[in-house]
Amino acid sequence: MDAQTAVLDIRDLRTEFVTEEGVVHAVNGISYRLHQGQTIGVVGESGSGKSVSVLSVLRLLPSPPARIVGGEVWFKGQDLLKLPEKEMRRIRGKEIAMIFQDPMTSLNPVLTIGFQIMEPLMLHLHMGKKEARERAIELLHMVGIPEPQKRVDDYPHQFSGGMRQRAMIAMALACQPTVLIADEPTTALDVTIQAQIVDLVKRLRDELGMALIWITHDLGVVAGLADRVIVMYAGLIMEDAPVDELYEHPQHPYTRALLRSLPRMDEEAGRPLETIEGLPPDLLQMPQGCPFAPRCTYVRPECRTQRPPLVEIQPGHRVACWVDLETGALRS
Amino acid sequence: MSQTTDATARSQPLLRVENLVKHFPIRRGIIIQRQVGAVRAVDGVSLHIYPGETLGLVGESGCGKSTLGRTIVRLYKPTRGRVLLRVHNGNGHAQEVDLTDLKGKELRRMRRHIQMVFQDPYASLNPRMSVGQIIAEPLLVHGIGSPQEREERVKELLTLVGLRPSHINRYPHEFSGGQRQRIGIARALALQPDFIVLDEPISALDVSIQAQVVNLLQELQQKFRLTYLFIAHDLSMVRHISDRTAVMYLGKIVELADRDELYQHPLHPYTKALLSAVPVPDPKKEREKQREILQGDVPSPVNPPSGCRFRTRCPLAEAVCAEREPELREVAPRHWVACHLI
Ligand SMILES: Nc1ncnc2c1ncn2[C@@H]1O[C@H](COP(=O)(O)OP(=O)(O)OP(=O)(O)O)[C@@H](O)[C@H]1O
Ligand SMILES: Nc1ncnc2c1ncn2[C@@H]1O[C@H](COP(=O)(O)OP(=O)(O)OP(=O)(O)O)[C@@H](O)[C@H]1O
Ligand code: SF4
Ligand SMILES: [Mg+2]
Ligand SMILES: [Mg+2]
Repeated sequence: MDAQTAVLDIRDLRTEFVTEEGVVHAVNGISYRLHQGQTIGVVGESGSGKSVSVLSVLRLLPSPPARIVGGEVWFKGQDLLKLPEKEMRRIRGKEIAMIFQDPMTSLNPVLTIGFQIMEPLMLHLHMGKKEARERAIELLHMVGIPEPQKRVDDYPHQFSGGMRQRAMIAMALACQPTVLIADEPTTALDVTIQAQIVDLVKRLRDELGMALIWITHDLGVVAGLADRVIVMYAGLIMEDAPVDELYEHPQHPYTRALLRSLPRMDEEAGRPLETIEGLPPDLLQMPQGCPFAPRCTYVRPECRTQRPPLVEIQPGHRVACWVDLETGALRS
Repeated sequence: MSQTTDATARSQPLLRVENLVKHFPIRRGIIIQRQVGAVRAVDGVSLHIYPGETLGLVGESGCGKSTLGRTIVRLYKPTRGRVLLRVHNGNGHAQEVDLTDLKGKELRRMRRHIQMVFQDPYASLNPRMSVGQIIAEPLLVHGIGSPQEREERVKELLTLVGLRPSHINRYPHEFSGGQRQRIGIARALALQPDFIVLDEPISALDVSIQAQVVNLLQELQQKFRLTYLFIAHDLSMVRHISDRTAVMYLGKIVELADRDELYQHPLHPYTKALLSAVPVPDPKKEREKQREILQGDVPSPVNPPSGCRFRTRCPLAEAVCAEREPELREVAPRHWVACHLI
């Protein structure tokens, strides 16, 4: 796990929004490395900064109101945050591709599906029109669209929700990116369609050897998909661990509580669910100490005044908490 | 057709839904609107709901869950079929009332017994009304109590759902999603109903907030012996909360059984696929799991397939499936399935 094999190295990233009510502290210093062929699952509740953090990496946030106030994003020997916009455009779509929750935000309703897949091929890979069209049909076939020769000339509204999601994946994969970022691509879909999409992405990831960041609030989806899981809360990483370790030995009070508040298909039904009382903090006024302190059952006085750093407690397992949950002692 | 063979083991149903159909006409034309077809949202559903139980209703988007719920509480008028509710008439006797053709004042009177909580806590509360006004509205409509008595009742309801009585003058936007859903629940409880349709009451909420609302619903159910129809697409939550579970596909119930029976011994190929698609938060189990992946999308309810509606995606389909529609049959005690091959 050294810097050499990391394809993406995010260091102390911070993003804010300047609004009428004040400054929203959306991402408050997050660091992680994504390795070749690795899949990282990013989980956390609504508003925890999952989308803003990856949109910052790709510099896709409009400024104003957004501003990246700190950090570095290393990709192939360069800091993406310092790259001129023109070079950044070459990275987006070609090297690092992204798929979104709502395909309609990235599909243009007045252009055919085929044209939208052909565009990056002609732009980045300098293919001719005929070649690009053939490749588009191939890609649609690869993502499981039946009769792709016919459907290639359809408009997005002629596709069902699941088919649009597939078309978007075809678009994202057109140039065989090194990194694919998926922001809740299955949240709006039914479980049977979600299972199709997850299966598809897994297969393509393995075939193409891509590194993958999969954002979701569903702890079930990443369990079967990720090598490593990052848990976010209030724009910070609370815990980062190999997938088995995170589910079996969660070391952060928030991760523990989250896993216990889920009903599970494989346990006795009917017991009351454990709850996490209260609400996440107001990002206009980020608390000084641990952001989870007001809802935490392990809280100590020092938690409220000092923010716990994210420390490696075991190789590959990082936790931001003052308390060692195994012993109950304070971490020094 | 009764859904219990063992009638003595259970009380009389609180609600009987008989062959319920709800079609939405599709019209074309600018001046003269002709009906050119219909969305067959609910297409012949029969079920019984027993006092004090929670019947879970699951199925994919567009299969007609909300329409069924809304037709039961008579927000929609059924195209065909009947909805019968058992009501106590004060002197210790109960009597079945046919809700199907009720209108105006009669319908309003029945609304006391049957309420609904909606999915979207943002859209279902009037932003210009204070929380006090929202919760008191049903009381006002039914002319219950003096203004002071209503205020007392609202405060009691706020406490009951875990909000502060002092919040009575606040507006919906001042509350979080979970709190707004509590307001919706308080409103549904105002008239002390017997039966509540909960249409995806937690889908819009964060995981950590969902558990709070679900526990509240279960507490209230025990306290007031409420009967629930709990609609959701989260199968693990439905398993958690329901006593019996019904699975819907394209306007039809395809399987209905006691919760554990349905989850442990699903019989319908659609139920099996649905259950196998649910991801569990356990990496080891996920890796070992042999997932059955259904091909294709749900067909349109305007033109459902002939015979069995699931046949276009069914891994088992045979010729007979295209020819005849399978009936919902009781294949094991209290276990109902609509499939030719079972
Ligand atoms: N344009 C904006 N102006 C002000 N605040 C914003 C803006 N966009 C996002 N935010 C805030 O930034 C925070 C992080 O948002 P983000 O979209 O990253 O959350 P998320 O974890 O992706 O949540 P979800 O699960 O709901 O998608 C939130 O508090 C959000 O309100
Ligand atoms: N008022 C209406 N007018 C016309 N069609 C409607 C109306 N309401 C629902 N439909 C259609 O009826 C079908 C069933 O919709 P319904 O909302 O009952 O599904 P659902 O199972 O609740 O789905 P979801 O899980 O997405 O909430 C859908 O095809 C829908 O488009
Ligand atoms: S630092 Fe303190 S408040 Fe924060 S999670 Fe750990 S124990 Fe809880
Ligand atoms: Mg997001
Ligand atoms: Mg619905």
